[in-house]
Amino acid sequence: MAALAFLDRERTIAAPGYSRWLIPPAALCVHLCIGQAYAFSVFNLPMTKLLGISQPGPGDWKLTELGWIFSLGIFFLGLSAALLGRWVEESGPRRAMFTAALCWSGGFLLSAIGVYAHTLWLIYLGYGVLGGFGLGIGYISPVSTLIKWFPDRPGMATGMAIMGFGGGAFIASPLSVWLMRQFSTATHVGVAETFIVLGLVYFCFMMVGAAIVRIPAPGWQPEGFVPPAQSTGLITTENVFVYDALKTPQFWLIWWVLCLNVTAGIGVLGQASAMSQEMFPGRVTPVAAAGFVGLMSLFNMGGRFFWASVSDYIGRKNTYFVFFALGTVLYAVVPHSGAIGSVALFVACYAVIFSMYGGGFSTVPAYLRDMFGTRYVGAIHGMLLTAWSMAGIFGPVLVNYIRAYNVSHGVAKAQAYNVTMYVMAVLLVIGFICNAFVRAVNARYYMKRQTADALAAPAEGG
Amino acid sequence: MAENRNALKLVLAWGFVGIPLAWGVIETCLNAMKLFQ
Repeated sequence: MAALAFLDRERTIAAPGYSRWLIPPAALCVHLCIGQAYAFSVFNLPMTKLLGISQPGPGDWKLTELGWIFSLGIFFLGLSAALLGRWVEESGPRRAMFTAALCWSGGFLLSAIGVYAHTLWLIYLGYGVLGGFGLGIGYISPVSTLIKWFPDRPGMATGMAIMGFGGGAFIASPLSVWLMRQFSTATHVGVAETFIVLGLVYFCFMMVGAAIVRIPAPGWQPEGFVPPAQSTGLITTENVFVYDALKTPQFWLIWWVLCLNVTAGIGVLGQASAMSQEMFPGRVTPVAAAGFVGLMSLFNMGGRFFWASVSDYIGRKNTYFVFFALGTVLYAVVPHSGAIGSVALFVACYAVIFSMYGGGFSTVPAYLRDMFGTRYVGAIHGMLLTAWSMAGIFGPVLVNYIRAYNVSHGVAKAQAYNVTMYVMAVLLVIGFICNAFVRAVNARYYMKRQTADALAAPAEGG
Repeated sequence: MAENRNALKLVLAWGFVGIPLAWGVIETCLNAMKLFQ
């Protein structure tokens, strides 16, 4: 195991003069790769034609069966982040990134075998379970490292990494389509080969991140930055142990804040194309709707960096107040845009809504850091991601169910989404209330100084 | 000398992630333009 000693936490302590601006690209190396998950749908249609080639043949997989691959991946993202958060925190970022790279690329390679053998459960196991673990570990691994390097701008730092998760799909989608075109023949769909290439490329890319990443030496502070001597407002200078954080009302309030913010966005995200066409029949074509989805993805990605950076100046709680208040107004305005036939207003509303959806993800690590300190923020963040898994189920079900109910009761398709928008607005009002109840963590949950030092010593010092 | 080496590392690291990301963003922007055509 001596060969793996370079993964040890003590081997990642930065030498004097190491630039902290190398850490965001290290984090992006991981997040840009695992962000591929958002582009997995490009494989769905080709995977329904693995036997029939030009069209689905007997024995080919159905879209409903393939839909489980992504769902399993997101489920195991939440599960692994929650279960392994503490291990990630204590093992150090390099070991965690290496593990994430093994799981993520291993998931692709196992899925390639599944495609060759036409065995769906191998793909569930590969991309869904193994890849899902890669997603979870990879997602949380650079977060606390960034927060430790950027105590003066934690929102901006984590915003950069989590922006990469949104941006990963931009690379993966055209790359996957291009690779499949290269490997496809008249008698073969090139999905398996594409999986192999992606698995190998992603492994190398993530390993570059693992090689670059460093943790700051104990006591390091950025030049000119004076850490606050004592807690002020919601920002603590103490640390809360990961499992003690679960006992605080603050954790669960922020859990609901994230869950509700994501629920409001994720359901609509999946229906964006259909919704734009049905609300503006004849005016938004399928091609234009695809453009609308692309534009929303850009705002989703940009919002991750923008809002998290803004939160460094106005505070995390106020940032979420903006998300919930502005989001409520915008969701209430969307039906009006349909009624007056204004595509521009519709697009503008959703552009802001999706920027805030992305911003919700990227601002929450800094929110947790403010409340629970830096020591276990990665592990606590991992626990909080179960809110994402929950929202991933709630959001789409809510949107699809309400639309189907309306259509089956004779509501015109153009107006079928109106009730959904008002329901989303109500969810955001509830989120606003949860956010309003967030107060500073009670001092009885803080780790004793000696305990914190004892836990920090082997991790940071050697 | 050390400063130059640091600057080179920064350019390489940011280029390594920035170039593919910029390519992906441009591809998506081109796709998004279809909304306005």
